[in-house]
Amino acid sequence: MSEPHLLDVENLWVRFPTRTGVFEAVRGISFSLGRERLGIVGESGSGKSMTGRAVLRLIRRPGTISADRMLMKGEDILRVSERRMRALRGGRAAMIMQDPKFSLNPVMTVGEQIAEALRAHAPIGRKAARMRALEMLDEVAIRDPERVYDLYPHEISGGMGQRAMIAMMLAPGPEILIADEPTSALDVSVRLQVLQIMDKLVSGRGMGLIFISHDLNLVARFCDRILIMYAGRIVEVCEGGKLHEARHPYTIGLLNSAPDLLRPRPRLAVLERDPAWREAPSVSALL
Amino acid sequence: MNAIEIENLTVWFGAGPDRAEAVRGAALSIPRGASFGLVGESGSGKSTILRAIAGLIPTWSGRIAVEGESLQGARRDRAFHRAVQMVFQDPYASLHPRHTVDRMLSEVLWLHGFRDIDARIERLLSDVGLGRGFRFRYPHQLSGGQRQRVAIARALAPEPRILLLDEPTSALDVSVQAEILNLLSDLRAERGLTYLMVSHDLGVVGHLCQTTAVMRTGEIVEILDVETMRRLQPRHPYTRQLLEASIGLNLGARGAPAPAV
Repeated sequence: MSEPHLLDVENLWVRFPTRTGVFEAVRGISFSLGRERLGIVGESGSGKSMTGRAVLRLIRRPGTISADRMLMKGEDILRVSERRMRALRGGRAAMIMQDPKFSLNPVMTVGEQIAEALRAHAPIGRKAARMRALEMLDEVAIRDPERVYDLYPHEISGGMGQRAMIAMMLAPGPEILIADEPTSALDVSVRLQVLQIMDKLVSGRGMGLIFISHDLNLVARFCDRILIMYAGRIVEVCEGGKLHEARHPYTIGLLNSAPDLLRPRPRLAVLERDPAWREAPSVSALL
Repeated sequence: MNAIEIENLTVWFGAGPDRAEAVRGAALSIPRGASFGLVGESGSGKSTILRAIAGLIPTWSGRIAVEGESLQGARRDRAFHRAVQMVFQDPYASLHPRHTVDRMLSEVLWLHGFRDIDARIERLLSDVGLGRGFRFRYPHQLSGGQRQRVAIARALAPEPRILLLDEPTSALDVSVQAEILNLLSDLRAERGLTYLMVSHDLGVVGHLCQTTAVMRTGEIVEILDVETMRRLQPRHPYTRQLLEASIGLNLGARGAPAPAV
């Protein structure tokens, strides 16, 4: 039998009870993740981040997750204990958040944080963890790892912070990386570099990547397969290089509404939202 | 006469050994009715220039003139505020959370001496594409795009001739950004407004502006027209670098033309 997919999610719902009724952030989506780069694109409120968090069971109460099936390499993550889940988080599946300023520990040096991540998931000594952390900093193209190891997060730039974050997340050797808007807080000039580093490491290790972003063009460039989400459902699945073949009016609308320096238009296309998009059944992205 | 003229502008924060210069020796001039962009990375000083013009920073030297009048320090008279208004980046932070749209707009109108407030509020709301139904709402009852429309309505209330736009769409989704950019284009065309817009997005600047200044670490390295930028013929290597980074990110889609609707 062939190796199970890194992820198989069927009919995933994420719900939040509110005073005015239950808010459904994710409404019955199904997808798989192989050893590929999977993009999830949508606007704010489309449920893309909630999908990423649900995979790691990181939905805070009173929010709830339900699904017919949610398998991580064949292991049913809906039913495993919280203790097992903690080992899987970071160990088998890691997550990179948007802004390194808020996701790194401000009172611990960058290097110590990476070493701590390593020690949390592998029985290695301090010295070995330090060596490995330095190697990781080197892998994410930080020029002077020895110096950066001892710096605090506020002493490094956003781009360097995000690279340190990537180093930390990849250090325990996870097979799945979930990157939620990993470059949105960065300047354009460092964005590309950070993405290339992430891409190289993820492909080099044969990992599965879930890349969550609002930027369709960016995702198209870095992903093999793209899920387009709208109102908690998947409205379309595209191949990365074939975005121009997108059929759904929402996808086309998103593509056309971004101003493009090289192809100016007197007026930007405005997206007319069709209420039917909300109600159409979710497109399956299972492999 | 130029709408805005800046010569040898230096803006600093702190004093003595803690003095940090956020802008050094900047110069630019914006003809009346033009739309001028300021681009650069975070920390390059682009927003600082805007804030110095608006009177939000007292510590600057050099010359800032608006419609021929030189400005001093952070004091701005009523005539200035009537001529120059500002729209901020984050509509979630720039609107008073406990005031209705009606109250926000009527306060500004009253301060500027208008007395036909009721009729003006109706007109302002319709000018920015919001119906009457929005008049008595609070900010939390509005979406991000609707909030930014309210912020634009508030800026338009004194009938200004110049708008300072500080990343007016960067907190918005791309489809909402398109609506706001279209609104800003229409308003400028209808009213002959002058725009000075700060943005980190070359696509946005290219769409709304004719000329742009490129800033790096507090200095303007180049002022070029958008056509030159579009032909990828900047003079300064930093501008080229910025262009390449921003276009490189979009290469995925550029391989094939975007589908037509």
